[in-house]
Amino acid sequence: MKSFREWFRDWDSGRYDLTEMTASSGEAFREDPDSGSSRWARTEVFSIRADVTGTFRKLYPVMSLILCAVIIVFLLYTVEALPPFASADTPANAGEVSLRYNSMALEETGALNVVSGVILDYRAFDTLGESHVLFAAAVAVFILMLEPTKGAGPETLGVSPDTVLEGTARVLGPVIAVFGIYIILNGHLGPGGGFAGGSVLSGAMILIRMTSRGRDGKGLLSMKGYRIITASSLIFYSLAKGYSFWCGANGHETIFSAGEAGRIFSAGLILPLNIAVGAVVACTMYGFYSIFTGGEV
Amino acid sequence: MNLQSVWDARVQCAAVVLFAVGFSSLLLHRNLFKKIIGLNIMETASYLFLTATGYIRGRTAPIVTGSAAEAAKYVNPLPAGLVLTGIVVSVSFTAVMLSLMIRLYREYRTLDLDEIYELVHSDPKEGRA
Amino acid sequence: MDYLEIMLLAILVICGIFTCATKNLMASLIIFMAYSIIMSVIWALLQAPDLAVTEAAVGAGISGILMFVTLRRLRDIRDAGGKQTDEELS
Repeated sequence: MKSFREWFRDWDSGRYDLTEMTASSGEAFREDPDSGSSRWARTEVFSIRADVTGTFRKLYPVMSLILCAVIIVFLLYTVEALPPFASADTPANAGEVSLRYNSMALEETGALNVVSGVILDYRAFDTLGESHVLFAAAVAVFILMLEPTKGAGPETLGVSPDTVLEGTARVLGPVIAVFGIYIILNGHLGPGGGFAGGSVLSGAMILIRMTSRGRDGKGLLSMKGYRIITASSLIFYSLAKGYSFWCGANGHETIFSAGEAGRIFSAGLILPLNIAVGAVVACTMYGFYSIFTGGEV
Repeated sequence: MNLQSVWDARVQCAAVVLFAVGFSSLLLHRNLFKKIIGLNIMETASYLFLTATGYIRGRTAPIVTGSAAEAAKYVNPLPAGLVLTGIVVSVSFTAVMLSLMIRLYREYRTLDLDEIYELVHSDPKEGRA
Repeated sequence: MDYLEIMLLAILVICGIFTCATKNLMASLIIFMAYSIIMSVIWALLQAPDLAVTEAAVGAGISGILMFVTLRRLRDIRDAGGKQTDEELS
């Protein structure tokens, strides 16, 4: 009969094999002091002393399971004390803000999709910040992954040739890309918008990239192209929204009118902003993939 | 605890349970990859909670179909707008975490956090061994 | 609608628990992608189609692909490192 501690040790040995079911040998990697490859150790990021004594190790899993049970119980009590689910009278749903959004969004923004109107017109500043967060995350990933390291394995991940996969991707890729562009352009008329459409579009680009062989890690988009598209989208977003805010604050009429609801060229700034957000999202996701596979952007 | 009201709010209860499951994964596992997946589950659970807050029974998605907008026809668009941006940002920081993990694996050849601690601790250049 | 919702929530919680409890990283990742798809269906039921589309594309597509590529890359690093130490030993 195994004790709980032994069982937990076996279950969570921490040494996972990456693909197979068997546990790997998991030898601890000891580097020689002259190789000079222990930069991370010297950057003081992980210089906390690991004082893991035996008692702590024994108590830790039990205590954390108890903590999680306590969290569940407390949060369930909180859920019980919340206003009733799916009711229209809760403070969140009967508040002034959401009522105004629902009743006035079509008139004020011209967008049939109220969510698009909220995130790209009423709360466009928030979305601008989110786009910049995406850009900052992409820069962080580039810094972390693009540094040349010796002995880090093959630089590009090869894809084994597969005729069926390639043919399917050749047919499906453009269709998915067109669907993504449709979602971006349809953002103010139906469900969708820059975030959803950009993700679908980047999925199509990743599919095409994944199955196109023999291009030496070069993708659909060069680093320069990535920089130009992302920076110009963000600058366009900032300038357009700044103009809109300036006009709104000073009571001027903007040159972007709401137009006739239901048409593709309507809803003022929402369509161009959707395109800008979609470009940023698609390029960032595709950039993540191509950096992770080790190629160029 | 009133079981009937808990059962009525079952979507939020599922979100709470998933949040705790993700949190326990974050605490219990020593493998960095499992920690990242647990964090992703926590994020999705909190988004589910937010979305359930804005749902109103019997109403449709906030996409205006008729000529005029009526506030009493649609669910609350505010949580959806907040969560929509959060989903995409969560992916971007998942990517940042994964790239940090790859860097750690390159240095230490292990994903076990305790082993990484020990390797840092016994680093001969630090003189703390 | 109610039965579908209850069933989906049950599968969601089961998927979440098994994502955290599975020892194999690849299996855990695949269960996580199933979790994302079920989550997107639940969001469609909760009348948030924008979220459903985004989660289906992002949670099951992009982040799953990123984690797969990470696993592949870690395996390559491990294999290359093993070969290197073998050469150094011999």
